[in-house]
Amino acid sequence: MEWASQLCENRGLGSKMTDSKYFTTTKKGEIFELKAELNSDKKEKKKEAVKKVIASMTVGKDVSALFPDVVNCMQTDNLELKKLVYLYLMNYAKSQPDMAIMAVNTFVKDCEDPNPLIRALAVRTMGCIRVDKITEYLCEPLRKCLKDEDPYVRKTAAVCVAKLHDINAQLVEDQGFLDTLKDLISDSNPMVVANAVAALSEIAESHPNSNLLDLNPQTINKLLTALNECTEWGQIFILDCLANYMPRDDRESQSICERVTPRLSHANSAVVLSAVKVLMKFMEMLPKDLDYYGTLLKKLAPPLVTLLSAEPELQYVALRNINLIVQKRPEILKHEMKVFFVKYNDPIYVKLEKLDIMIRLASQANIAQVLAELKEYATEVDVDFVRKAVRAIGRCAIKVEQSAERCVSTLLDLIQTKVNYVVQEAIVVIKDIFRKYPNKYESVIATLCENLDSLDEPEARAAMIWIVGEYAERIDNADELLESFLEGFHDESTQVQLQLLTAIVKLFLKKPTETQELVQQVLSLATQDSDNPDLRDRGYIYWRLLSTDPVAAKEVVLAEKPLISEETDLIEPTLLEELICHIGTLASVYHKPPSAFVEGSRGVQHKKLTARAGSGESAESPDVGLSGPSEAPPAVIPSQGDLLGDLLNLDLAPPTATVPSVQPSMQMGAMDLLGGGLDSLMGDESDTLGGDIGGSPSMGGGLGVAPAAMPAALGGAPAVGGGLGDLFDLSGGVGMPTGSYVAPKTVWLPAMKAKGLEISGTFARRGGIIQMDLSLTNKAMSVMTDFAIQFNRNSFGLAPAGPLQVLTPLSPNQTIDVSLPLSTSGPVMKMEPLNNLQVAVKNNIDVFYFSCQYPISMIFVEDGKMERQVFLATWKDIPNDNEALFQIKDIHLNSDAASNKLQGSNIFTIAKRTVEGQDMLYLSVKLTNGIWVLAEMRIQTGNPNYTEMELSIKCRAPEVSPFVFQCYELVLKN
Amino acid sequence: MIGGLFIYNHKGEVLISRVYRDDIGRNAVDAFRVNVIHARQQVRSPVTNIARTSFFHIKRSNIWLAAVTKQNVNAAMVFEFLYKMCDVMTAYFGKISEENIKNNFVLIYELLDEILDFGYPQNSETGALKTFITQQGIKGQHQTKEEQSQITSQVTGQIGWRREGIKYRRNELFLDVLESVNLLMSPQGQVLSAHVSGRVVMKSYLSGMPECKFGMNDKIVIDKQGKGGTTDDPGKSGKQSIAIDDCTFHQCVRLSKFDSERSISFIPPDGEYELMRYRTTKDIILPFRVIPLVREVGRTKLEVKVVIKSNFKPSLLAQKIEVRIPTPLNTSGVQVICMKGKAKYKASENAIVWKIKRMAGMKESQISAEIELLPTNDKKKWARPPISMNFEVPFAPSGLKVRYLKVFESKLNYSDHDVIKWVRYIGRSGIYETRC
Repeated sequence: MEWASQLCENRGLGSKMTDSKYFTTTKKGEIFELKAELNSDKKEKKKEAVKKVIASMTVGKDVSALFPDVVNCMQTDNLELKKLVYLYLMNYAKSQPDMAIMAVNTFVKDCEDPNPLIRALAVRTMGCIRVDKITEYLCEPLRKCLKDEDPYVRKTAAVCVAKLHDINAQLVEDQGFLDTLKDLISDSNPMVVANAVAALSEIAESHPNSNLLDLNPQTINKLLTALNECTEWGQIFILDCLANYMPRDDRESQSICERVTPRLSHANSAVVLSAVKVLMKFMEMLPKDLDYYGTLLKKLAPPLVTLLSAEPELQYVALRNINLIVQKRPEILKHEMKVFFVKYNDPIYVKLEKLDIMIRLASQANIAQVLAELKEYATEVDVDFVRKAVRAIGRCAIKVEQSAERCVSTLLDLIQTKVNYVVQEAIVVIKDIFRKYPNKYESVIATLCENLDSLDEPEARAAMIWIVGEYAERIDNADELLESFLEGFHDESTQVQLQLLTAIVKLFLKKPTETQELVQQVLSLATQDSDNPDLRDRGYIYWRLLSTDPVAAKEVVLAEKPLISEETDLIEPTLLEELICHIGTLASVYHKPPSAFVEGSRGVQHKKLTARAGSGESAESPDVGLSGPSEAPPAVIPSQGDLLGDLLNLDLAPPTATVPSVQPSMQMGAMDLLGGGLDSLMGDESDTLGGDIGGSPSMGGGLGVAPAAMPAALGGAPAVGGGLGDLFDLSGGVGMPTGSYVAPKTVWLPAMKAKGLEISGTFARRGGIIQMDLSLTNKAMSVMTDFAIQFNRNSFGLAPAGPLQVLTPLSPNQTIDVSLPLSTSGPVMKMEPLNNLQVAVKNNIDVFYFSCQYPISMIFVEDGKMERQVFLATWKDIPNDNEALFQIKDIHLNSDAASNKLQGSNIFTIAKRTVEGQDMLYLSVKLTNGIWVLAEMRIQTGNPNYTEMELSIKCRAPEVSPFVFQCYELVLKN
Repeated sequence: MIGGLFIYNHKGEVLISRVYRDDIGRNAVDAFRVNVIHARQQVRSPVTNIARTSFFHIKRSNIWLAAVTKQNVNAAMVFEFLYKMCDVMTAYFGKISEENIKNNFVLIYELLDEILDFGYPQNSETGALKTFITQQGIKGQHQTKEEQSQITSQVTGQIGWRREGIKYRRNELFLDVLESVNLLMSPQGQVLSAHVSGRVVMKSYLSGMPECKFGMNDKIVIDKQGKGGTTDDPGKSGKQSIAIDDCTFHQCVRLSKFDSERSISFIPPDGEYELMRYRTTKDIILPFRVIPLVREVGRTKLEVKVVIKSNFKPSLLAQKIEVRIPTPLNTSGVQVICMKGKAKYKASENAIVWKIKRMAGMKESQISAEIELLPTNDKKKWARPPISMNFEVPFAPSGLKVRYLKVFESKLNYSDHDVIKWVRYIGRSGIYETRC
């Protein structure tokens, strides 16, 4: 027996040894030759020819010309040949739809074959042929196969429903396949169940609101039973589906958890991770004082650790997920620090991830070990890794106070190595340590100063300068050191220039006698010889400050600094919760919501954790998930669609709109021009200045552009020449009275959800241009730069007409107002609600998402006045079903005043008549996309107490009516 | 789900390309080649996002396997699937090489059609696949109806990994306990981290559908029995049991039973497979201890002395011992003296490699070397990579012992006693490093 089979294998090998030759035929006239061979009478030759065709197809050659010849080979009883032909069909059917029809008969016939393998093959392949005409023929065979006696055919048919849905969703619904698919969840065969679950989950994703996956305790029970019996892949499908279920109470979630925990011992890491996802999610619903809760927490650690002995790629996926889990529930892995120690031959991607987790787990208990490790890492070869390790040491110092001293001495050791990038990185982190523990480690300054010359990276230079300035009184030669930087002032980066300016001013305030010359030198360098408005402005402010009131200057510049935070790089809580719901998936690898990288509507449902109802006792995670659905306008929700993709694809270099160079003839007199403005400015701002000045080394040009009312675009305008009054006019249309109502700004993106960036804003229509007026406030500790904005597709195609003009870095506590002109030529997608706009704003820190709603009056165009005749005809023409009635109460306006007010917002009165003491106004509005909205408004005249208006709106697109009504109400009431 | 699967050779030429989803176009094939295989800087992540398409890749020798998707797929599943696919291919035609892939491309397409449907992984157990994907296309036609339904019920069934009707004249099984012991030790001899990752590999040649039960000296099980007072040797058990941190099992093992009773019961696949993996961190027997001594003599000379001590029963023999002592990049010459085995300086690997064929327990051996260095003005100090070691020992460093493997087959007339069982323990070095 064995001999025989071995013989077979050998023979098989012998004939196959030649298959690689198919990859090498590149002769001319090949197609003709193949054609001849395909039509050969000899079966063997035919098969060889088809193999050649497939090989050519693989390497990317176009062999679609052979379509009819290949399809002719389909009628064969040779299964191998048949499969090859099918493969060809799947590739080319779409390009030759008419000829693909030729294949239908064979498919239909094969679906009736007595051999279940052939039946399944036919239905599987047919679903992959994306030709409308073929899908029509697919329905009947599919219906039969879904009820086939053989489970192999049924499991294949289940997936086929998902395929068909992808081609023609309507057809699947009409044919009732969804119900059949639902029935398959109760199938006796576990694999059929698993595939049905997979198919239904996928279909349900594109119908977010349909109750397709009707999960109830009964179905959940069926799934949990199948979970024990199906293949590893099936278990993943089922677990991923379970994760979407919402248990009714904590008892149900406990019983599900109990039945899912055994999966943690599965050999397949994906099964383990999906099980972890289910447990992490359902745990949220368990009372924390329950014994079982503690048991579950303990059970989670070992499998997570075991994942780290998998292949490196899986380790990477596991580590990215563990990073999330550690942030959500640090207690799970707090004793497992050692397993995250980096191994010498770990791939770099594993090393970097491990390092991240080590920092997160660092605590007083394990800090000694961690530090010893980090020190080892700092001597490795990979530059990125070494830098990260050095940075990690600094973070440990800031996180664990007891370790700070050891960290500092470790960093000093590293500085002694004289490895350039190690030294620079170390100096940057030592600066943070000084910030955190002032007046504690100044003894090391001497060592730092020795390395002054080797610093060539701006961040390190700026950090060093900050240190020198901050501790100027203790460094004897501080003036010499700073002076040495001054020589090449104009070649330095902005970051360094700004820092140098501040440091010298600090020095001057501390040692005024010896450094007067130096400070004058730097002030004149900054104000007269620089093109950089930030630098100039900061220079002027210092100058003025120093010359008017040195005592105040001291108070401001040398003020107490706010503390820096311990944890960095934490994922924003709502995003973290969403990502926890996506454990194991790409989202958890990218640390981004699916909407950021998935196109279209698929898989972009916003998931969130749900805490136990009434989780008053959950001291650890207060109101986790209780935040409720984000329906309010200023909500930070990851948007639908393609925002991030666009952001990533576009070249989002900071808007480097050219800064107009300043007139060379600028004279010192300019200071006087600015004088008045600056005085008031300083009065307002001096409270906050202390925090800014001397803050992080890259504090940016905060002071220069600080006046909150000044439009940001000014930063780049030739500001110094003109007075402040002129500047306002420059800013193109801000505040130009057009009579349209502009709502006050509301907060769209609260700072806590955007790493310190607060965005508030409103919309205005000025001179026919829609503008989004934004106020960006930096409530974080570091400077923000590189702003950019992007909209998701929306109902009226709103899109930014230009880049977000934030030309200057945004310093801590600073607010910038920007007007962003919008066009309506962007891509259109219907939103819910209609006037919803999803926005992504990027800065140097991260990308943030929020959504806001614009008053629909923004898209009322100026030529919205309809001809009377047309109005009458249109009014009659629009069916009465489209008419919507509204009431507006508490309006104290007569018809003329109302008409005027409305006109300001491009709502035009076409006619007015008075009937029985009531004024009737006939109004028209045209939207940017050409839709007309007609209205009849009834106003009670002569009776000031009766202040109700009746509005009847007619429009061909009735869904806009309520929004138009809102606008009427808004305009009339304000 | 997975939208497409591509296999490339080292040059980036496509050997296999199978697209499962409409959202993946032919250009994805090129995108991966250009941005990953031919990337100027080596890609630093196994997951790459190019123009909103995500690519997962693994490498086997110089072959790239890439899975592509535009959706939020289960990333762990994709990698598990890629590994599985490699296993399946290896089981069919041996090593994954360009030659073998080209020679078997028709087979690979057939497999890909079967194990991945619309991007959803399906049954990928070779045992089952080999019953109907045979590359002898005619076979399908000559099967009887019974055979056909047997195939389909196996592929979809609860015991997808085993077919019915297997018969052996001699029922035999082999158990290999394979452990790799990992160590990271400080120069002072302090254990920074140590763990054993072990595998129990079983080769089963058993008739019918045998029910098996596997037992080992798991602390939890032994303690439980100890309490019941039924253990044979109560004095011994506490000492000899080991604490298992975590274990995972082949899909044939009934996990819910393990969870509730901690008993390992299963119907095994036919032939060789991995029954379980486990990890221990407590009471590990470290077979060797490395004591390094590195002394820098001036700027152009290093003196290295390394002592290795074997720490196990004198009656046992360790084999294939290799100590790798890294040398600086600017090494110009090395002189080595060792008492046992052979040592050589390998300039291409920047290391002194010391090999010893055999070494008994409780012995000690030593190597000393003088390393001459070229003077350099490279400011960067030598990173001193750790000294690593390789070896093989005939015991399980975790202390794991197989207590029993019982076989029950009620339908056929053979009993547990008739089965010939073999157990073997092999301990190998994993990453076994001592810093110097």
